Parts: sequence; C-alpha cells; structure tokens
Amino acid sequence: MSELLRLDVLRTQWNRLPRRVRAPAFPALVILLAFLYPYYREYLPDIPLFGAFPTVDTAVTMTIFIMMAIGLNIVVGYAGLLDLGYVAFYAVGAYTAAWFASPHFSESVGSKHFGSVGVNPDAAGFHVSIWIVIFIAAIFTAIIGVLIGLPTLRLRGDYLAIVTLGFGEIMPQIARNGDNLFSTGFNLTNGAQGINPIDPPGFGDTLERWFGLPSDYLTAENGINLFYWTALVLLLFTVFCSVRLRDSRLGRAWIAIREDEIAAAAMGVPLMRTKTWAYAAGAFFGGIAGAYYASFKSGTFPDDFFFNISIFILCMVILGGMGNVWGVILGGGFLAYLNQEGLGNIGAEINDTFGTNIDVPLYQFGIFGVILVLVMLFKPEGLIPSTRRKMEFEEGVEEPYLYDVRGAPE
Amino acid sequence: MVTQARRLPVPTFSGRLLDYVTPAFGTLLVVLLLVWLGVNLIKTPAEFYRLFLIGLTNGAIYGLVALGYSLVYGILELINFAHGDVFMLGGMLVATMVASFGLAGDSGIFLWSMILLMLVIVMAFCAAINTTIELVAYRRLRHAPRLAPLITAIGMSFILQNIALVWKGARPTSVDSILPRGEVFTIGGVAYTWDKLIVLLFTVPVLIVLMLLVQRTRQGKAMRATAQDRDASAMMGINVNRTISFTFFLAGALAGAAGLLYALYITNVRYDEGFRLGLIAFTAAVVGGIGNLPGAVLGGLVIAMIESFNNGLGWATPGSDWTQSIIFAILIIILVFRPEGLLGERTPEGG
Repeated sequence: MSELLRLDVLRTQWNRLPRRVRAPAFPALVILLAFLYPYYREYLPDIPLFGAFPTVDTAVTMTIFIMMAIGLNIVVGYAGLLDLGYVAFYAVGAYTAAWFASPHFSESVGSKHFGSVGVNPDAAGFHVSIWIVIFIAAIFTAIIGVLIGLPTLRLRGDYLAIVTLGFGEIMPQIARNGDNLFSTGFNLTNGAQGINPIDPPGFGDTLERWFGLPSDYLTAENGINLFYWTALVLLLFTVFCSVRLRDSRLGRAWIAIREDEIAAAAMGVPLMRTKTWAYAAGAFFGGIAGAYYASFKSGTFPDDFFFNISIFILCMVILGGMGNVWGVILGGGFLAYLNQEGLGNIGAEINDTFGTNIDVPLYQFGIFGVILVLVMLFKPEGLIPSTRRKMEFEEGVEEPYLYDVRGAPE
Repeated sequence: MVTQARRLPVPTFSGRLLDYVTPAFGTLLVVLLLVWLGVNLIKTPAEFYRLFLIGLTNGAIYGLVALGYSLVYGILELINFAHGDVFMLGGMLVATMVASFGLAGDSGIFLWSMILLMLVIVMAFCAAINTTIELVAYRRLRHAPRLAPLITAIGMSFILQNIALVWKGARPTSVDSILPRGEVFTIGGVAYTWDKLIVLLFTVPVLIVLMLLVQRTRQGKAMRATAQDRDASAMMGINVNRTISFTFFLAGALAGAAGLLYALYITNVRYDEGFRLGLIAFTAAVVGGIGNLPGAVLGGLVIAMIESFNNGLGWATPGSDWTQSIIFAILIIILVFRPEGLLGERTPEGG
C-alpha cells in the first residue's frame, strides 16, 4: 500500500515538472536504452516463442532497415504516393558506396584516396572516407529520385505505383548486367558477382591518435558495437529530419496533397515540385541507408535488390502506421527482426514443440503478405496510427478517377 | 458570370509542348523498331520466322492473362496484382492433373477429351480463387482510399505464391509433354509445330466467346454499365456486387485457360512464374489500352513479339539479359506519354 502511495507522490511530482522537461524524457530514455543495448543484451531473458533478444549484428540490420522505412514513409506516409520500387534507391546508395570505396575502378582510375580507412595507402581504385561516401550517396540517390520523379509524378495513384515498380525491376537488372554496358566493355557494377570488398567505416589513424576515435571498425575491438552505434546516430539524424520535415511548410504541403490533391492545388501548393521533393527526400534517406549497409556488409550484390525488398519495406511502413514515425520505427524494427532472426527462432520453436519440419523462413514473404492483407482489412491505419491518417481511412478520401491523367493540375 | 463569356488561352506551355514531343518521339521509336526488324529479317530470315512464331504463341497466352487485368481494371480501377498468381496456380493444377491422370504418351480422342476436361476444371478452379479473393480481400475496401486495395492485392499475390511454394516447392514443376509436336507446315525452312497451333486454336474461340459475352448478353451489358458508372448502374437495378463478382469470375476463368496452355506448351511452372508473367501481361494490357479488350490481346502480341525478337535476333539486339528492362521501359514510356494505350479506349465499352 505504501509503495503504491509513493508511486502516486512520484507521479504528482513528475507532473509538476515543466512540459519541456517531461516531453523529451521518454524519447531520451528510449535513445539511452538503445545505445546501451550491447551492454545489457546478454542479461535479458528469453521471450516465449521468439527466443533470445536479437544479437547486435541483427540490431545493426534492423536499424538500417528502419532508416529505409522512414525514408519510404516520407513518400508513402506523408505524401501518399505509393512507391513500389523503393529498392532502386537502396541499390543506388549501395552501388555509390561501392564505386567510391572499393577497388572496383582500380583499372580505370589508378589509386585515388581521400580519407580512406582500413586499406593500404596505395591500394588501387577510389577510396573515399565512408562519411563522405554516405553524403555523396545520399545526394546522388536524391538526384536519381528527382530524375525518376520528374516524368512520372504527373501520373496518379496506381499508375505511379506501377511505374515505380518498373524502375524497381529495371535497377537490379542494370546491376546484374552492368559489367559490360552496351557491349562497350565498361564495367559499372561487376555483374552478378557484385562489388566487394567495400571499405569499412572508421576515423583513420590521425583522429585515433588525437581523440581516441576508432580508426577502423572492422579491426577495432567490439567493432560490431561501433557499427551499431553509428547506425543509431544515422537513424537519429533520419528521424530528426523526418519529424522536422513533417512539421515544415513542405511537410504540410505533402499532407495536403495526400488528403486532396485538387484542393491542395487550388490553395496554391505546387503539386509537381512538392511531390518531387517528397521523392528526393525519401530517396535521400534510402541512399544513406544503402551506402551504410553496403559498408557494413562490405559488399553489394544485385540479388539484394529484388522487388520483394521493396514490398518488405512497404510492409514495415504499413504495419507500423503510415505517416507516423514512431509506428514506422516499431514496424520496421519488428519486421527486420523477424526477417533476420525471429522467423528462424519461431520455426525452431514450432518444430520442437510439434515435431514437424517446416522451414518457416522460406515462407517469409507469404507471412508478410498475410500481414499486408490483415492490416489493410482490419486496421488500415497501422498499429500506431497518426491521428490524421486514421481519420482519412475511416471517413474515406474522395480520390478522382485516373482517367484525366493529362488534366492533372500542375 | 458575364466575364466568363470569353475563353482565356491556357497559360501553361507544358501541355502543348508534350503534344508536339509525344508523336515525334513515338514515330521515331516505331521507325527504329521497323528498321531493326527489317534489317534482321533480311540478314537471318529463318531465325526471324522462328521467333515470330514463338512470339505469336506466347502473345496468345499473354493476351489471355492481360484480358483478366483489363477486365478487372475496367470495372474497379484496381490493378489486381494477384491475377498472375491465379494463373500460376492454374498451371500448377494442370501439372498435377496431367501427372495423376497419367496422360503422358496418350493420343487421339481420349487425350483431347481429357484436355478439354482439364480446361473446364482449371477454368472453374481459377475462377473460384479469383472470385474468393475479391470477396475476401477487395470488397471491404471498395470505399477506402485507392491505395488500400492495391496494397491488399500485393499481399494476396505473395500469399498465393507461398501457397504454391508449400504445394510444389521452390523448384520448377515439370509437366509431362502431351501435346503433339509434329510440324503443321513449313515457312521459310522453319516448321510450325502443332503445339503452337493448338495454343492459338484454344485462344481464338475463348476470345470470341468473351467478346460475345461482353457485347451481346445482359450480363455483359451490366458489366459495361458498372464500369462506366457504378452508382448509376446500381440505380438502374443492376446488382453491382454480383456484376463485379462475375467480372472476377470471368478474369479467373481466362487466367485458368492461360494456365492450361502455358503448362502444356512450356511444360514447366514455377511458383514465382505467375508474378513475372503477370507483370508482362499487365504491361501488355497497358500497351493496348487498359480496359480495352481487343487492346489487351494486341498488347499481348506486341509485347510477346518484342520479347521473342529481343531474345533471339542477332543484329543490334540488347539480348535476353535486358528483356525485362525493355518491357518495363515500354510500360513506363507508354504510361508517361500515352496513358490511354495504343487503341486509346479506357473502358470495356469499346468491347
């Protein structure tokens, strides 16, 4: 009884604190817990059915996929443009990292270094510091996003979805056949073998000497933790940008377009420019995630960029709740975990209990399909809906027919 | 309202610019295509005829699948992503039936009656699946934002693929070759074989029946009315739900027929084949003008010809590595520059 009373007192005291202290307390706690995860992971108990908590390695992948989901959320959740080819941006990011931080161009460019890490100082090929590479990849991917967007964003709804799907299918094929482009012998992507090794992240010897920063994540002690923390920092940056964008003038324009394109145009929102910005912003974060993931796996292969991955990321956004960053983080983390470890654990558990022999991870995309259908049928606003999006799904949004594609206001 | 008497010129330039660019671009593409085909015909005529015959046969199958997309799109404006997978399940069922009926090595009247029986079974099977999908997954979402049923369709597609994966495994399921493969006639030194002719002999009657059904029957009239205006047709006493169900039934039956022909002609089916072929067929539907039934068949033929020629021709050909990219590039170009397709109609009204 007394304990309960004390909790009560605590709550009253807490409520007395000013709002600007209380509001960031919960996110700060989550961020702190996330950063300390490698330290307390081994003490965590097993969860029934799911088994042990994800390893730090899985956590890195989860974080990167959450980043992509947040990027896609800008396009699908904020602006309401269904993008079925998001994997194209991921691929562009990954290949940009591969071009600028690997021995791939060793024959054509000789040895060009700029803050390279973890490689011999006179190793051939482009070797640029991964931090710069991530930036280049983000910008380059955003440009590709604009290039894809400019001709196609005039189309509405499902036509746009199909066109993005087309781009999403063309990109991996370029990656696969890009080792001899147009029979000129120019090797852009190294074909089906992919490009590896890609240089690891790191800060180089000088910074290590001066500030004690790790020089190279691959050789550093507890390197996987470093990968994880860096991914978290990138994720925080993505979340911050995403939230700020949502509340900006541009973000409000996106939401206006999502709710009623014609009304938005009538209010003076420039449709094409606003949509193109949504594409560019979504692509930007896809590029960051792709470049970092390539560096983490230290390689990039055309088989990583199939249509299924686009749907996988879309599934994260939809499960979590389109338009809501926190929902997307949760949905993305959960699905990426399922994909990496969860399904395997669950499968093992099921097979142990019932004495069966089902390869559960083989059916991952069937499971994602079921999730897509169930969420859309019963909770189209997602698990953690944004209030606004929920209203749209409940009341329905009158969307004009596709017929007058030409007549779309611009 | 007086000031409205004089019509002001449209201030934007982009629309007019596009009006000049599009036909020029289109003409250029067609000319290049014709030059490419012409040169190849002169250089290797036999190869050209062979690929033409392959394209014709594949085109018939693509056309059947594309019709399903077109019918459903015409009436609901929904891209039924699961359609290709319904087709694939039909192929799987045929594979099972051919094996369990023990048809390998049979011939004559018995074989043909069994093939007809299989056709009926597989059409009913696919029609049932398609109607069920509509009932379970799309009907509830008829008033939701348009993206909702589209996403559900993608989910259904994955579910169907995984049903096939559980059923037949990840390797291609081979179908016993039961169609006669002797030659019918020879053109330019290339044999036109019976199996190719049979595909056409099955496709053409199916198409004629479909046209008559849409054009001449009450049910077809109801479909066309529903496609034009769902609310108005409901007011005229048309049972809209039943009409939509019927459309899905019809589309499924066509997918079943295509599944049978595909399984017997290609002689193997894979669980993800439906998705790949479905995308191609959808492209075909868009090329022909989505919602337009003859357009879907024309689009199927065009796409199949391009695919076949690109896979096989020698002179200035990108080759089979790029086939998929070329098909999607065509899809994108058509959608961006001529969204109404080659034949330019958007509802099944044109019939």
